[in-house]
Amino acid sequence: MSDTMHEVTYRIRHFDPNRDAAPHWEEYRIPYAPGMTVLDGLWKVKELHAPGLAWRSSCRMGVCGSCGMLINGKPGLACNTQISELGTSLVAVAPLPNFEIVRDLVPDLRPMIEAHRVLMPYILRDDVEERENPTGEFWQSPEELEHYLQFSYCIKCGCCMAACPTYATDPSYSGPMPLGQAHRYNSDSRDGGFAARRELLFGEKGPWRCHFAGECSRVCPKGVDPAKAIQLMKRELVLSFLRLRRAKCPSGLAKKPEGIGRREGIPEAPAPTV
Amino acid sequence: MLESKGRPNRLGLWGWLGGGRWGLERYLYTLHRLTGLGLLAYFLLHIVVTSSRAISPERWKAAMDSVTGPLFTVGEFLVFVAFAFHAANGIRLVLVELGWAVGKPIEPVYPYRTSVNFQRPLAVGAMILAVIVMMLGGLDFFVLD
Amino acid sequence: MMRDAKLWTWHVAAGIVILVFLGLHMAIMHLDEILGIFNPAGGHPIDWENVVARGRTVFFPVTYILLLGAALFHGLYGLRNILLELNPPAWLKGAIGVVLLLVGLGLFALGAWAAVASHTLATSL
Repeated sequence: MSDTMHEVTYRIRHFDPNRDAAPHWEEYRIPYAPGMTVLDGLWKVKELHAPGLAWRSSCRMGVCGSCGMLINGKPGLACNTQISELGTSLVAVAPLPNFEIVRDLVPDLRPMIEAHRVLMPYILRDDVEERENPTGEFWQSPEELEHYLQFSYCIKCGCCMAACPTYATDPSYSGPMPLGQAHRYNSDSRDGGFAARRELLFGEKGPWRCHFAGECSRVCPKGVDPAKAIQLMKRELVLSFLRLRRAKCPSGLAKKPEGIGRREGIPEAPAPTV
Repeated sequence: MLESKGRPNRLGLWGWLGGGRWGLERYLYTLHRLTGLGLLAYFLLHIVVTSSRAISPERWKAAMDSVTGPLFTVGEFLVFVAFAFHAANGIRLVLVELGWAVGKPIEPVYPYRTSVNFQRPLAVGAMILAVIVMMLGGLDFFVLD
Repeated sequence: MMRDAKLWTWHVAAGIVILVFLGLHMAIMHLDEILGIFNPAGGHPIDWENVVARGRTVFFPVTYILLLGAALFHGLYGLRNILLELNPPAWLKGAIGVVLLLVGLGLFALGAWAAVASHTLATSL
């Protein structure tokens, strides 16, 4: 199909809070070239038809998580969605649902970031001195790394939140991204924050309103699989509630290699600035 | 709470029901809710109606006579169908939601294989089980009885 | 703070209890022509003679009350989940909890009374 296509039609949902009472759709025809992504098309629309069109994007390679939007009814990254894979010459683009619209295709992701922050998505340990002024590295085996590595690929684009049916009606639900990231840290062998996060996760900030519709994992552009993280987290929390969970100590410092010196001529690392 | 002058864009109830572009598990989620609500409505009435057995044989018979007829038979069969679906899907959900049927964390290599794909055979198996129970019920309700 | 985790765990546990005993109930009531279990008087499972025969045992009234409690909790918690996910105002959230609790307790009392009273009636016949 894409070999013979010369033009595509973009249907874009516009909203300017200073001018419009409600969002409205506009259509634009732009030339198509093989290999064009939805994001490339948006730039073309901006160049040829709608210079005021607003969206958020940066890396254009599926890493920064800025260009999450609703593409033909499905949340995804504009930069890693090929127009040819949509199977149609009509590209309908709207801002990610379940977030307020700042303007045109720009969603207000702050509630998600706030829910993320509340669940303490960072390594928590009692040995504050070692954490703040490290003398070495915490030990972690490759097997232990695999327990959370998949979840650490999250780029916080918000696609999962836009696809989640619970989050569609319930803003008090933490949502797939914050919950998935809480599990990412809970399952990190260097972390000792399970008890602190559990205080929140046992209550309404927890995973209890996830009913495995599976949408978050289906739309995640990074294969992070938040639904898997949430179900694994439920098991840990239920075991903990039933007092059947074995408490784990966060891993200690890795042994420093012995008998290895600095080669001549290699300068010392500069003093830490942070 | 964060202040925002943005325009609300929550999907609302459409976010629950929105099908079409979505996968099998989204429909199972919606059906699980609908059958659950139906079963609960029936169950609450059922408690009241069947309590008549504690009073006398006459009251029991009168209560049972008030809920017989082809319409009630079809209605009861629908309850049975809802039960079969809710039970079979419930078994799947217990296994999935306690993390037993979602697989281990893996390296995400494109095309991604998620927990949704991992538990899909279980979902299909649960639906086959539900259909078998429904068919047995149908046989008993409409053919043998 | 443990409330949601506790309710959810009980919800799952109640689901398993329901699976066993409602499964048995459905098998007795609606697969009677195929399985024919627990209908000592023959005929239809809801015939008075069969109701009395089951009511006379200890197993049926006890498991009936167990099923009653589990099903009321499971169903009303499910309904509460659906209603709370609709994001009602805070006062309504509280009211939903209270109303569902009262409905649950009321129907549990009625059903438990019926199980005990029908057992007494059946054994006296």
